[in-house]
Amino acid sequence: MRNIFLFIRRYITFFTFLVLQVVALWFLFNYNRFHRAKFLGVANEMTGRVNTQYNKVEDYFTLKAENQRLNRYNDSLLNLLPFNFVNRDTTATLLKDSVPFDTLGTYRQYLWRDAKVVYNTINLEKNYIQLNRGAAQGIKDNMSVISSDGSAVGIVINVSPNFSVVMSLLHVQSKRSVIVKRTGSMGTVEWDGKNPLFLTLRNIPKSDSVVKGDTVLTSVNSNFPPGFMVGTVSEVITDKSTNFYVLRLKTAANFFNLQQVHVIENLFYTEQTRLLQDTKKKIDNPKKSSG
Amino acid sequence: MSDFLKNTLRLLVFILLQVYVLNKIPHLHRFITPYLYYLPLLWLPFSVSRQWLLIIGFLTGLILDYFMMTPGLHAAACLLITYVRPFLINILTPKDTSNFNYKEPSPKAMQWTPYAVYVFILTLLHHIYMIFLEWLSFGRFLDFFIKIIATTGISMLLIFTVELLFPRRLRFRTNTA
Repeated sequence: MRNIFLFIRRYITFFTFLVLQVVALWFLFNYNRFHRAKFLGVANEMTGRVNTQYNKVEDYFTLKAENQRLNRYNDSLLNLLPFNFVNRDTTATLLKDSVPFDTLGTYRQYLWRDAKVVYNTINLEKNYIQLNRGAAQGIKDNMSVISSDGSAVGIVINVSPNFSVVMSLLHVQSKRSVIVKRTGSMGTVEWDGKNPLFLTLRNIPKSDSVVKGDTVLTSVNSNFPPGFMVGTVSEVITDKSTNFYVLRLKTAANFFNLQQVHVIENLFYTEQTRLLQDTKKKIDNPKKSSG
Repeated sequence: MSDFLKNTLRLLVFILLQVYVLNKIPHLHRFITPYLYYLPLLWLPFSVSRQWLLIIGFLTGLILDYFMMTPGLHAAACLLITYVRPFLINILTPKDTSNFNYKEPSPKAMQWTPYAVYVFILTLLHHIYMIFLEWLSFGRFLDFFIKIIATTGISMLLIFTVELLFPRRLRFRTNTA
């Protein structure tokens, strides 16, 4: 008996090794067979907490891709909204051999494309935004741009094969037709080139009861699809020399950190502008057009 | 900083590095996972008793195992290298202990060649045993063989990079300790 103890004591390290090795292998093969390891519940709680902390940091690295995915998904949903389509009155027209865009007989008016801002300034007088989509992706001049939270950003004014330049609302030459949501009266939004947080809204008649806090939306007269936020009235200035208010608007879009945007094509744009031009021509030269 | 605290911190840092960096980076090949977590085990002071070495090795492996959901796999391999470590150190360090008064294994303490042999043998043992255990559950023999060679190669590369980039401050054994 004494010899056995002496033997064990002599080779205590080896026995420790053997015992622990057996424990390790027992863990391993038990786990492989039953997928239920010893102390896995407790250990999982601990590693889970560490992993959560790590994941908080890791998430930042995928934020960009996640954002893009989200914006693309939003884009596909926005394309489905009913206001993108107009009803065509078919009662008085002949049936034509054409494929409608939609089986319900509605025609698409607005088409949304997602894009990413690659360059943006806010502190100049003429601010332009550059997008990573261009003519090759179907972007054309005069398309409207809306930020990912659904507020107006600007109008495309120039395209190259793969990029396009947007005239931001923060551009001293920008003039966009808008509507005050509560009263429904039309006005024009401009920028005075001073503070990128505020726009100027003109041409709202004094008969209108505009108050601080009123929402201003895009109107049908602009290239924007109607009903998107431009800003909220932050100050009502009464201009004594005219019959119109001058309103200061807080911009709805955050121009400081624009990332993902939507470019919206008005599919009837050429038709609408041609109609306007033709009308003007008709009025200016009644003889030519009638003859 | 006490030795205990320093070595514990080292082990934790290396385990986290293994879990969150080396296991996450895109691998060169599906066989080749770079392993570095056992390096602090090779750095443990000479004075740690053999039973404690085994226990530390076992726990280190087990912590990593619970992160990677392979309970026992790394623990078994770590146990093996901590068991073999003292024998190797006996062979590779000079017998004349009067001149040899470094505290822990390092290229400076053991000279580069013996240190490289020490690291290489333990790395190889660790990988052979671990990959062998993995191979028992699935895999072909050729895969097993290639995997050992490739993983050992990349681990050695990483270990020498670490040794060259972060030379440890040498600490000497003192009479008072």
